[in-house]
Amino acid sequence: MEYEVVIGCEVHVELKTKTKIFCNCPTDFGGEPNTHVCPVCLGLPGTLPVLNKKVLEYAIKAGLAMNCEIAHFSKFDRKNYFYPDLTKAYQISQFDLPICKHGYIDIETSEGAKRIGITRIHMEEDAGKLVHQGATITTSAGSLADYNRAGVPLIEIVSEPDMRSAEDVLAFLTNLKAIIEYTGVSDARMEQGSLRCDVNLSLRPVGQKEFGTRAEIKNLNSFRAVERVIKYEIERQTDILEDGGKVVQETRTWDDGKGMTFSLRSKEDSDEYRYFPDPDLTPIVVTDAYIEELRAALPEMPQVKRQRMIEEDGLPEYDAGVITASKALVDFYDGVRAYYADAKKISNWIMVELLAKVNADGIDLSEVKIQPEQMAALLKLVDSGEISGKIAKKVFSEMFATGKDPDTIIKEQGLVQISDEGALKSMVAAVVEANPKSVEDYKAGKKKAMGFLVGQIMKESKGQANPAVINKLLTEKLDSM
Amino acid sequence: MISKDVVEKVAKLSRLDLDEAEITLYADQLSQILDTMAGLQQIDTEGVAPLAHVLPIENVLREDEVGECFTQEKVLANAPEQSEGMFQVPKIV
Repeated sequence: MEYEVVIGCEVHVELKTKTKIFCNCPTDFGGEPNTHVCPVCLGLPGTLPVLNKKVLEYAIKAGLAMNCEIAHFSKFDRKNYFYPDLTKAYQISQFDLPICKHGYIDIETSEGAKRIGITRIHMEEDAGKLVHQGATITTSAGSLADYNRAGVPLIEIVSEPDMRSAEDVLAFLTNLKAIIEYTGVSDARMEQGSLRCDVNLSLRPVGQKEFGTRAEIKNLNSFRAVERVIKYEIERQTDILEDGGKVVQETRTWDDGKGMTFSLRSKEDSDEYRYFPDPDLTPIVVTDAYIEELRAALPEMPQVKRQRMIEEDGLPEYDAGVITASKALVDFYDGVRAYYADAKKISNWIMVELLAKVNADGIDLSEVKIQPEQMAALLKLVDSGEISGKIAKKVFSEMFATGKDPDTIIKEQGLVQISDEGALKSMVAAVVEANPKSVEDYKAGKKKAMGFLVGQIMKESKGQANPAVINKLLTEKLDSM
Repeated sequence: MISKDVVEKVAKLSRLDLDEAEITLYADQLSQILDTMAGLQQIDTEGVAPLAHVLPIENVLREDEVGECFTQEKVLANAPEQSEGMFQVPKIV
């Protein structure tokens, strides 16, 4: 039987506030265990959580950027469950009155444009971190709990089950990540855990209206893992259905090493969260004036920027898509554009040289040392013929490593293009002298020999000779022989 | 009417270990509580918004400013067991 895959996502995004959601502890990553904690985030008796103003602001901003309705009246609830990553035996979250609902994100796929619905976005606290003693969670002797992360503010973005393939999901996540980056409410870095994705996946016979039973897969910390998990789950569930079996509604965990998902707990039990309003926190009332103030302050969103780069800057769709997928790249591009007009040249350098170096070094774009003004200066040096394209790549490498100005690097390393005929004439003469066979070939009409000789001269000059001048001088020399 | 099954389920979710006599006792008591609450269901709540908080209070917020934390030593002072600066807890799954 032919099955259709139905996928929805729950995405947790860590907000970039200075302090936790309900107390004044810092949210900094990587401190000694249990040093960013206080009685509130430890859940000690008698403490009172108070909502961080910035968390509310950021949640609303994210909601507006994803075309959501913002609730004028919202509240916090307790989600009860026993797990030692929570100190209180409940997580403070939002149940029936989330801060945002009914939004959407538009995506581009090979099947055309699609609109993926956002069911809701709510605010909640992150849990602590558990270190399991032993190889895996199921074989460990015990666990160690560090509560530095407990109480770090999160928004959970819940999508509608509108996605039908891994491609849809990756496009959705790429756009979601870009939107979050543009709003500035989070770093949205998957590998560092500030953006985490759970995938809900089910199959149904093609043509059937009702959804099949779904499995929820947690613990996905890269786009690659999301792609692999979807492929794996489609196969797993197809096998079960083909054999006449039933998919169990459950939470599964992804083992990246093994490339498989494993059952973690049955979902029926965990649905019994016994939510109730948290009496320690007051309801939140948001005015239209405040919402409009935040809406007015929102930057241009990726989709709009992408369209503008295609229409106004004349960039190909592909280039515009790659650059707008990251706020840092857009900022860099816009920065260079302020000093240099040729958009396509800028985009080529970003997509080829810059991204190659960033990926090779495994660094984040925010760590790139090259300033947009320096990049523009480099492009101008190539345009004016002061350095060749080849030397420019060498200079770029050095700029990437040191953050120095291109002029400084060219001076320090003596990389200026040699266009002086006097200096080049002797080089041409020497190479012609050393390669009588090629000269003979050229005389015999083999024009390829010319290219070889130019190459030799370029090599001799360490790539600094001006190719146009070399061509001229070499032709003169050969024709005079 | 709260059945024994429901009491057992709620006890399990709350990590309470109840014996047979307690299950019977609580099934009875919880049923009485629900019966009492059922009386409230008679009230006409048409047009009345559900209550989110018992006090007429809203928007108690704080600024995003870093304050003092506890030291690790203080945090772990009451921990029955600890290791490497963390709380040691029994096997989970």
